[in-house]
Amino acid sequence: MEKRMIAGILVFSLLAVFFFFGIFQLHPFGEPGQVQMDDYIITHTQNETGTNNGVTSVVFDYRGFDTLGEATILFSAVAGVLLIFRRVRH
Amino acid sequence: MSEMTKIVKTTANILFPFTMIFGLYVIVHGHLTPGGGFQGGAIVVSGCALLLVAYGSSWVFDHIKDKRLATFESLGAIGFITIAFLGLVFSAVFFGNFLTGSGTLFGTTPATGSTLSNFNTGGVLPLMNFAVGVKVIAGLFVIVLVMAHASSIKEWG
Repeated sequence: MEKRMIAGILVFSLLAVFFFFGIFQLHPFGEPGQVQMDDYIITHTQNETGTNNGVTSVVFDYRGFDTLGEATILFSAVAGVLLIFRRVRH
Repeated sequence: MSEMTKIVKTTANILFPFTMIFGLYVIVHGHLTPGGGFQGGAIVVSGCALLLVAYGSSWVFDHIKDKRLATFESLGAIGFITIAFLGLVFSAVFFGNFLTGSGTLFGTTPATGSTLSNFNTGGVLPLMNFAVGVKVIAGLFVIVLVMAHASSIKEWG
């Protein structure tokens, strides 16, 4: 067997064990642990952001930096594709 | 990608406007209904990909310039960041929602609880949805267009 294959199997089994023990640390279904932030957003989103859609208020207002990062990812993807296929353009 | 038969073209002609309208609806009503700039932009680009499959990449490439699409992509990004910095100017917080409750554009605050959706709410959220929608439409479409056109080239000189 190749060395790379042995290393891959080792890493994979380590990851599998990690995830397997992670399962037992999950909350039971329907019983979330920390709900203070959820309750705050559900209660205050209409007053603070003026939206009926709580998901959009989280994505664009409470966690706007996350959306900024997503937009940056899309920008770099477009830049990379245009760079690779530059010869296509006339 | 070469063009396909008349049946595919006719079907694409019928489906294309409805896909456009649905995608633009999802973008514009991003602060009221499920969806937003990213999702609506992906729907619009799926309609454009339908056009690309039916008519072939060289036909679309002759009619739509990828350079112009890239410009629109940058314009969407600049608009998004400009709105974020306007929040820094007017409400002292980066990404601050300075329009909500102001009574002007998108400035109405809905009553707490389950209320009817009012389009004139949300502050800067609809504007950010528009900016992200323009960005996603142009960005995804230029990726699909350039890669489809590259796959149709026989020899790379």
